[in-house]
Amino acid sequence: MNWPALLTAVATHLKITLLGVAIGAVVGLPLAALLVRFRRFGRGVFSVVDAIQTIPTLAMMTIVMLAFGLNDTTVVVSIALYSLFPITRNTYVGLTGIDAGTIRAGRGIGMTPLQIFTGIRFPIALPMILTGIRLALVTALSITTTGVFIGAGGLGMLIWRGIQTRNMGMMLSGAIPASLLAVFCELFIGWMEKRLKHSQ
Amino acid sequence: MLAFWQTAVKNRDLILQSLGRHLMICAAALCLGVLVAVPAGIALSRRPRAAARILAVFSVINTIPSIVLLGLAMILFGLGFAPSVAVLFLYSLLPILRGTYAGLTGVDPKYVKAATGMGMNPRQLLQHVRLPLALPALLTGIRLSAIYVISWATLAAFIGGGGLGDVIWMGLQSYNFPLVFCGTIPAIVLALLASALFNRLIRLAQKHVREEVRR
Repeated sequence: MNWPALLTAVATHLKITLLGVAIGAVVGLPLAALLVRFRRFGRGVFSVVDAIQTIPTLAMMTIVMLAFGLNDTTVVVSIALYSLFPITRNTYVGLTGIDAGTIRAGRGIGMTPLQIFTGIRFPIALPMILTGIRLALVTALSITTTGVFIGAGGLGMLIWRGIQTRNMGMMLSGAIPASLLAVFCELFIGWMEKRLKHSQ
Repeated sequence: MLAFWQTAVKNRDLILQSLGRHLMICAAALCLGVLVAVPAGIALSRRPRAAARILAVFSVINTIPSIVLLGLAMILFGLGFAPSVAVLFLYSLLPILRGTYAGLTGVDPKYVKAATGMGMNPRQLLQHVRLPLALPALLTGIRLSAIYVISWATLAAFIGGGGLGDVIWMGLQSYNFPLVFCGTIPAIVLALLASALFNRLIRLAQKHVREEVRR
């Protein structure tokens, strides 16, 4: 077993995934907050974001590749695009699904709109926002493994080399950590969501 | 653009053949998925405690990256059509299962009570009340599966499943980008069409439910 190569692959894998989802969140969270404020645009924006989400992974990467070339950046950008839907959608649902009475109570005790957002809307929506980030992360981990086909690094490289050379050991040395990362993300963030909901 | 068009015309037969193959893989996986997951979802709706556990297991399976399962399937079953369909089928199960289960358990108990009061037996209840009311959620599950399956079928090319992934991969390997798009564009159109078709069906089902409930 080639440990240093494996560790480098895991590090690259995480770097691509986290960077992509982070960009998706930096765009998606404010977008959702804006949509809560300007609801008229909700339908239009969500149908675009949903269409992006529908595009097959390999197809998306080949299009993004035209702009960014055959490398890690293309995968990062594709992940950011895919993350938009789960993050924006869940944040929006979380922010709008709040009992109107709670907000009126906030206004009644003299909270400003900003305070209502940071003190009421955001904390109550947090579990839903985490759900969005979890969905985005798990999908992103899978997309990163496919990144190997357009020349990106990460665990997909080990898997693909293993498949091509029919080397079961090498395939599994990529497949097992890739699956464990995804399963861990799913369970860990899922557990955080539950704790948050309980504390409310 | 011109280069793309020329490539498309030159490789017309290849593209059409791959598209046909792609459709076949997707349809096979999705049909199998519906045939297994809908009855399974109905069975689960009677056992909520087992359902939570089984859905959890499947959601863990679905977090496993697709190329990992494709690689495993290749090592276990070899190259070709069957292992590709097997993997896509496995992935298609969860959304349909979840949709069927959510739809059936979400039916308002008052309708079930009313129907039981009219003397319907459990089979009639399922056929005339619970399934029609659950249809929008069920179709939402199938739509999600269809989109996943179309997307992942492009990866099936790497284990010899054929389909549009073949065209994309040929183009990528020879740095022939127009050829890449001859695979990419049909795949995108297929996914968007499937999504639109199911959205339409879902809306029809919702309308049907609303009318039935009002009556």
